[in-house]
Amino acid sequence: MVTKPETGETEILRSSQVTSQRSRLERNPWWGDTIIYLVLVFLGLVTLLPMLNVLARSLSSSAAISANPLMLVPYSWTLDAYQYIFETPVLMRSFGITVFVTVVGTALNLLFTTTAAYGLSKTYIPGYRFLMWLVIIPMLFGAGLIPTYLLLKNLGLINSVWVLVIYGLVSPFNLILMRNFFWSIPNEIEESARIDGASDLQVLWHIVLPLSKPVLATIGLFYGVAHWNDFFTGLFFITDSSKWPLQVVMRSIIIDQSMLGMGGGTAPTADLQKLVISADNIRAATIIFSTVPILLAYPFLQRYFVKGIILGAVKG
Amino acid sequence: MSEVRAAAPPRRRATPAPRGHQSKAALVWRYRWIYALILPTVIYFVLFAYLPMIGLQIAFKDFKVFAGMWESPWVGLEHFRTMFGSEKFPELIRNTLLISFYRILFGFPVPIIFALLLNEVRRMWFKRGVQTVTYFPHFLSWVVFAGIVINILGPTGIVNTLLVNTGGDRINFLTNPDSFRAVLVLTGIMKEFGWGAIIYLAALSSIDPELYEAARVDGARKLRQIWHVTLPGLRPVMAVLLVLSLGGLLDAGFDQVFQLQNGAVLEVGDIIDTYVYRAGLLEAQFELATAVGLFKGVVGLAMIVSANWVLRRMGQRSIW
Repeated sequence: MVTKPETGETEILRSSQVTSQRSRLERNPWWGDTIIYLVLVFLGLVTLLPMLNVLARSLSSSAAISANPLMLVPYSWTLDAYQYIFETPVLMRSFGITVFVTVVGTALNLLFTTTAAYGLSKTYIPGYRFLMWLVIIPMLFGAGLIPTYLLLKNLGLINSVWVLVIYGLVSPFNLILMRNFFWSIPNEIEESARIDGASDLQVLWHIVLPLSKPVLATIGLFYGVAHWNDFFTGLFFITDSSKWPLQVVMRSIIIDQSMLGMGGGTAPTADLQKLVISADNIRAATIIFSTVPILLAYPFLQRYFVKGIILGAVKG
Repeated sequence: MSEVRAAAPPRRRATPAPRGHQSKAALVWRYRWIYALILPTVIYFVLFAYLPMIGLQIAFKDFKVFAGMWESPWVGLEHFRTMFGSEKFPELIRNTLLISFYRILFGFPVPIIFALLLNEVRRMWFKRGVQTVTYFPHFLSWVVFAGIVINILGPTGIVNTLLVNTGGDRINFLTNPDSFRAVLVLTGIMKEFGWGAIIYLAALSSIDPELYEAARVDGARKLRQIWHVTLPGLRPVMAVLLVLSLGGLLDAGFDQVFQLQNGAVLEVGDIIDTYVYRAGLLEAQFELATAVGLFKGVVGLAMIVSANWVLRRMGQRSIW
């Protein structure tokens, strides 16, 4: 791993901690400021209004939606769409599967990534470069969908919920991010523990991990959001619709139902006979339903993801 | 489908001083617990990243599902001949490259401009509010965001309501081959521009304020300051991101394209990855799909290695 030292990103990291420091000395003329604020308000509204519209549609009756498609607040309030979601077993089961996969998957992701990253932060072990390349090469070249499918079939993982947990167990990006973080922990801290007779495992557990809580949170959130939003693992490797994760079932509701009238979707559709009555507000309610967990996690996401991206590694 | 930028620079720590002379075997034994920590991950990669590569052989074979890939007879380059000879293939390459290229052309400047504008804002509550709103779509899956897109552009969506209210005709943007690529590029920008600005904001805040002072003393007004101080300050980040996105031209955004694609727009919206899925898993043309995937993998590898080489030549921190 030849890495050019110090070409700026550490500088970025350091100075981003003092963002409040003004870098501009000259004030903008009033009309300049006005244009800037107007453009930013416009960009903010372009993002916000469609989401408010979805939220309002999810809480309105179908009749009200066709009367006021542009609504930003609900008309003739009703929770019918949400009641419908909670009474649809296909959706509830897939919700349970995804919660399971997110919790168990993220825990295993962190276990594997942390141990390997700690091991690979020791550049002095024999074979270090070989092991590092072993991790990097999959980022550059993959066997592709079909060979992967055939292998998973041989391993008996096709149509098993565990494929959602195991496939993508370690992300090379996150591993490298964490290894770099371990590098930044002063050597002396570990050394003093070793002198007191601590083993490698004890050092990792008692010294390194307590110092790594922020990076564990960041990477745990990376993995958690990825599991929650994972669509393709379920689409590719699970054909039994009773084992589909949330996103795949949601596609049936959100997209295929809309595509049916426009030349057909390109993915298999779940047997959702009840959902034929699906209207705009069921689609909207499904969107909101699956977004609530992300919304609840959002304050943490904002705090840690931004740190993670500035730590220098990931643009997802 | 996600990309990594150069890792944070390692602070090479001193290797622990070797106590006396130790053979390699002794060193390996000494660090056995370190290896034990790495081992599970090594097994994972061997099993799920390297073992599938054996399956690439079916691109050169007549694959018999029941006989297994090892027993299937070799057919040489037949599947590649089929691939290059088909009418579908040039269309796939064209769609993939065009969509990627439009994404860079129209999408690349947006986060930069957005970051420059945000950087001028002094009211912190306003800045934070805009950031909070614009980062959010990044965390939604493309399934969900495609639902929002349908809500905006679909037959009963926001835009069509406005069109009808102003006396126009309904247009289904999602099934219209003329507008489909524009929809992909535009909604891709909508979802990611806020998030993409983070790295530029960080770079902006690292520009030395004295440079602005010096430019002001030299009589440079606002726009000249941006041209001569701000943009050069952003250049390293822009260069890395641009080169990396050129290296990833063959990835046209599977997540998004797959969700928005429909039968009516396949001729303009079918990209390599969506084709591999459809031909391979839905139509069980395993050999052809593997061949197309292998082609993409090899060309993609060459492109990302070139991108890395370019970055090194420019004196930027490279990916590896």
